[in-house]
Amino acid sequence: MIERISGTRRTWCTVMKALCYLSLILVTALTAFMILYVLFRGVPHITPQLLFTKPSTLRHTIGILPDILNTIYIVIATLVVVLPIGVGAAIYLNEYATNRKIVELIEFAAETLSGIPSIIYGLVGMLVFVQFCSLGTSLMAGALTLVIMNLPTIMRTTQESLKTVPESYREGAFALGAGKWRVIRTVVLPTCVNGIVTGCILSIGRILSESAALLFTAGFAHNINGFIDGLGSAGATLTVALYVYASERGEFDIAFAIASILMVLTVIINLLTGYMGRLMKRRNGQ
Amino acid sequence: MTIIETKDLDLWYGSMQALKKINLSMEEKSITALIGPSGCGKSTFLRTLNRMNDLVPGVRIEGQVIYNGEDIFSPKVDVNGLRYEVGMVFQKPNPFMMSIYDNIAYGPRTHGIKSKVKLDEIVEKALVDASLFDEVKDRLRKSALGLSGGQQQRLCIARALAVQPKVLLMDEPTSALDPISTAKIEELAMSLCDRYTIIIVTHNMQQALRIAHKTAFFLLGEVIEYDTTERIFSNPSDSRTEDYVTGRFG
Ligand SMILES: Nc1ncnc2c1ncn2[C@@H]1O[C@H](COP(=O)(O)OP(=O)(O)OP(=O)(O)O)[C@@H](O)[C@H]1O
Ligand SMILES: [Mg+2]
Repeated sequence: MIERISGTRRTWCTVMKALCYLSLILVTALTAFMILYVLFRGVPHITPQLLFTKPSTLRHTIGILPDILNTIYIVIATLVVVLPIGVGAAIYLNEYATNRKIVELIEFAAETLSGIPSIIYGLVGMLVFVQFCSLGTSLMAGALTLVIMNLPTIMRTTQESLKTVPESYREGAFALGAGKWRVIRTVVLPTCVNGIVTGCILSIGRILSESAALLFTAGFAHNINGFIDGLGSAGATLTVALYVYASERGEFDIAFAIASILMVLTVIINLLTGYMGRLMKRRNGQ
Repeated sequence: MTIIETKDLDLWYGSMQALKKINLSMEEKSITALIGPSGCGKSTFLRTLNRMNDLVPGVRIEGQVIYNGEDIFSPKVDVNGLRYEVGMVFQKPNPFMMSIYDNIAYGPRTHGIKSKVKLDEIVEKALVDASLFDEVKDRLRKSALGLSGGQQQRLCIARALAVQPKVLLMDEPTSALDPISTAKIEELAMSLCDRYTIIIVTHNMQQALRIAHKTAFFLLGEVIEYDTTERIFSNPSDSRTEDYVTGRFG
């Protein structure tokens, strides 16, 4: 027997459903508006000159090649430093540490560290790396600041993927007489390499989007340098360049062009993360 | 000749005693079955023999396990060396996320064998011994995770055989398998016992009866009776053993 729904109840249902649709439309519209507006204003200004030259005050042209290079340098430098430390810490916490209290303390610290506003990292980076370690305002100082910012991300994602490696794998290897480090290196790490890669991709995303911490530590010069020289000198990444061009020089066309590039990169990174996740599921499910 | 002997072996998980004064001696090149109701300590006992319990936090062991005349808990003993000689096959097949070949070569490589020719030879021999070779010879470089459950279990046996252990510990190796795979593994165990000593935990009375020379009946962490399989099943001296093997409890 189907009970009859009262009139007010039916209205109520309809209203709620309408509200849900409304929020859906709002979210989609806002996203679409953001993306389309940025692309619409930015893409027409992405020219070969913009991509492949450096800014020239004599010719009054602006190019972002130095900023692109700086971004690549800082991503590489950050990952090279943060990966061994983050993965190493995760391995220690998951495979070696026996004291639960200390492990929980470190996990809590990492969690907290990843919630701190990035401008605070910039402030500390400026005092510690730029001044105290006398690296000066440089990409290296910026990269080291980003290392601290991304350490928790890398550590936590690695730890999570280490936890998904079944205990039976480790037991199987131990039962063949393999030592602890060999078990970790040959059985555990290869199984969770996707998790580590996902952590890297997330970190790259954060590095790309970072501006506050880098303004303090890496500065905003636009010179073309090689990798080593580049790390030693000040330089703007794309996001910092966007900030500089928009807020200090009023070059909104350039800012939107950079924004379009960053947006496309972000989409690529999101897709890559999703792909990695699926790959991991597929491999674990087999 | 006795190859493994335990003397007054006690084991505690924290404050819970899981093994009580176990005195068993296993003959070289024979099959010993361990039977008993769930939770009576069979796996715990088996894992003590190659010190896999070292990996479990909070385990305390007293008494002795004599392997080849040496106490395996003496500080001089190299645990990894012990595990080379006393291999193990687990209840759930646990092939590594590698190719079939690399799975089997894992032990020998850990052992320091690098020569490709030698590894090829070992891998083939192990697969033949585990009667898996014909089924996988064309896909040695493919992932081991693509094999069926029964094949995976035989792969794990081959992986254990590849380091040429003296003793093979098997913890319910067929409980996750279908009858045909089970029969294959039983056949395998019988064909291996002229070269290896096999100690097998099983919940399947028929299996113990079919393959084991001697059988030990465990109950609540104690060995109630240890005798030839024939006697355990036809003429046990303890009434609890009789109740268990005739299926009256457990
Ligand atoms: N890691 C552990 N920590 C604490 N207690 C454990 C652990 N492993 C086993 N035990 C306990 O020790 C006792 C013996 O367990 P064990 O696994 O050896 O039994 P079993 O005879 O193999 O049982 P089954 O036939 O179900 O596999 C059980 O009471 C179990 O709860
Ligand atoms: Mg068990």
